[in-house]
Amino acid sequence: MLEIKNLHASVDGHEVLKGLNLTIEAGGVHSIMGPNGSGKSTLAQVLAGRETYEVTDGQILYKGKDLLEMAPEERACEGIFLAFQYPVEIPGVTNSYFLKSALNSIRKYRGEDELDAVEFLKLVREKMKTVELDERLLNRAINEGFSGGEKKRNEIFQMAVLEPTMAILDETDSGLDIDALRIVAEGVNQLRGPERSFLVITHYQRLLNYIVPDHVHVLVDGRIVRSGGKELALELEDKGYSWLEEAATA
Amino acid sequence: MSVAIESNHYEQAFAAAGLDQGPAWLTALRQTGLAAFAAVGFPTTQHEDWRYTSLGNIPKTPFRPAETASVDASVLEPVLFDDDRVDRLVFVNGHYDQKLSRIDQLPAGVVVQSLADAIAADLPLLAAHLGQHARLDGHPFAALATAFVRDGVVVHVPKGVALERPVHVIHVSRPGAEPALVCPRLLLVAEESSQAMLVETFLGTDRGPHLVAPVAEIVAGENAFVDHYRVQHESLETGFFGLLRIQQARSSNVQSHLLNFGGAVVRNEIAAHLAGEGGNCDLYGLFMPTGTQHMDNHLRVEHEAPHCDSREFFKGILDEKGTGVFTGRIYVHKPAQKTDAKQSNMNLLLSPDAQIDTKPQLEIFADDVKCTHGATIGQMDEDALFYLRARGVDARSARSLLVYAFASETVEQVSHPALRTLLHEAIITRLPHGVDLKELV
Ligand SMILES: Nc1ncnc2c1ncn2[C@@H]1O[C@H](COP(=O)(O)OP(=O)(O)OP(=O)(O)O)[C@@H](O)[C@H]1O
Ligand SMILES: [Mg+2]
Repeated sequence: MLEIKNLHASVDGHEVLKGLNLTIEAGGVHSIMGPNGSGKSTLAQVLAGRETYEVTDGQILYKGKDLLEMAPEERACEGIFLAFQYPVEIPGVTNSYFLKSALNSIRKYRGEDELDAVEFLKLVREKMKTVELDERLLNRAINEGFSGGEKKRNEIFQMAVLEPTMAILDETDSGLDIDALRIVAEGVNQLRGPERSFLVITHYQRLLNYIVPDHVHVLVDGRIVRSGGKELALELEDKGYSWLEEAATA
Repeated sequence: MSVAIESNHYEQAFAAAGLDQGPAWLTALRQTGLAAFAAVGFPTTQHEDWRYTSLGNIPKTPFRPAETASVDASVLEPVLFDDDRVDRLVFVNGHYDQKLSRIDQLPAGVVVQSLADAIAADLPLLAAHLGQHARLDGHPFAALATAFVRDGVVVHVPKGVALERPVHVIHVSRPGAEPALVCPRLLLVAEESSQAMLVETFLGTDRGPHLVAPVAEIVAGENAFVDHYRVQHESLETGFFGLLRIQQARSSNVQSHLLNFGGAVVRNEIAAHLAGEGGNCDLYGLFMPTGTQHMDNHLRVEHEAPHCDSREFFKGILDEKGTGVFTGRIYVHKPAQKTDAKQSNMNLLLSPDAQIDTKPQLEIFADDVKCTHGATIGQMDEDALFYLRARGVDARSARSLLVYAFASETVEQVSHPALRTLLHEAIITRLPHGVDLKELV
């Protein structure tokens, strides 16, 4: 599904990713953990196509295609989805208009019929229930005045509507209470399937009790320094990162 | 190319047009305008109030009062709203066109007619109000327009009458080869506890040297409610210099909305006086210069009495080499305690060559007041743009969507649904990449 080879990326001339390798198979759920500033969000943003991050070396293949050649919207149409660590507030554009144009542009790309207002509303109502979001949020401006939890659930809701094949969740669990966390995890688990992969970035092992990963990777200073099964998360919870950081710089 | 202009060109044009003929009060008013203009002439950027607005070739161009022209009714279609329930007065190059106009049966005592007809009928309201509110010093174009006043619209709503039908005044500019001057006048007198909605649309059909200088006087009596709109779609060779003078009595409420899309050099002057207790004045504006358009907004709100509220809410969207100016002045006189005045000018610069000069100002001489002012200048929000694109919205649509979101807020205040839709569409047509956002409205 996704193959990242020797990825180097910088922001404002400062190298953040320093030769990252990662392969995610179809249907796989991978988790990335790592200390603050290690480059987790950078990786997520590079995958989604943010231009402020400059890729200086390496390659990303997605379904065999060169991902770095694609514009952000093209990636979305090809099935990439990023749940933002900090979802953006956009006054003046309603959630529903935005989501409908996003969905229809993806459907058009795939050669499917665009949904009309009625069909869209039906779909959206169904999906909103799964993330327990108030339907009224649909007609509010994107994320404007949403609580932290509402913003995160809105990301998962959008993911549920757009049905990506490669979903990247950047700290979607941070700052959530246990109920919201369960809802978010439930949203992900419902989408799990043989054709859909996930990259779950988190600081907290707690999330991984609800979204059980196939693989856990540790990112330190722009490189993956350790990979393992879900037990690795527990080990990190116990020991912290310092033992791996030392190993990385050694 | 500029043509030589005689120093007394406008005196000559004035005499040649026979403007020294007519009722004594009217010729006196015109003479006052002519003298006021002759005393100062066209302003230059040396003048503090005109620092950012250069008139280019206008002072050197021999404009003469415009002749009427014929236009096809279909020209009006793009600017009509809820047409069956709106009274419409159409002017071509400043001359009333009765055939294109349509005024339904009016309630008793209500006057809605062309100024030329009102002058011919010797309407007593005119001598009492026309030119009695708009000051000419400091407003050279209003002075010029007063010298050449001939036609326009008079609306008189008597005490207690609520006009059910909006009045839509459409000024069609149809320039010819010769530089022409158009001075449309508006006098709206809303007596105690009356209500009126009036929309002025300026529509340029062809390109050609045109100077349009509208002067509007809105007089709101006690407890009157006036909803005013000025939608400007002049052609790209038109100089547009307007003065809107608002006079408000106790507990009156005036809303004015200025939407600027057209014109080469545009200046909107607004002077609002809250002269009675408990008045409310809301001024909304949107200006969207692109290409080499220049749009200047010059506002002054005078709080003269206690417990009045005012709001200036102007937004600029500047693209390509478009330039803009916002000068908002709130003047709180000593007796105007408990004033609540808010002023805001937000701007979006879409190109590195676009420019805005914004100057919100407060002058406060009362001690118990609440005044806020602020101005912002921003670029396209890249985070928002990326968020939209990362979800699949293409770059062009995402851009348009964000500009639209910024602009449309000013139009949300429009209470008339059909007009609101029309204005939303006008914004959409003007977006940098005119995409189909029609579903939004
Ligand atoms: N615009 C920028 N200019 C300079 N440095 C930046 C910029 N944005 C991020 N960085 C730096 O890049 C590094 C990686 O940031 P990134 O956001 O990817 O970390 P992260 O692993 O997601 O951290 P966190 O756990 O705090 O979310 C950090 O050292 C950060 O300070
Ligand atoms: Mg991060």
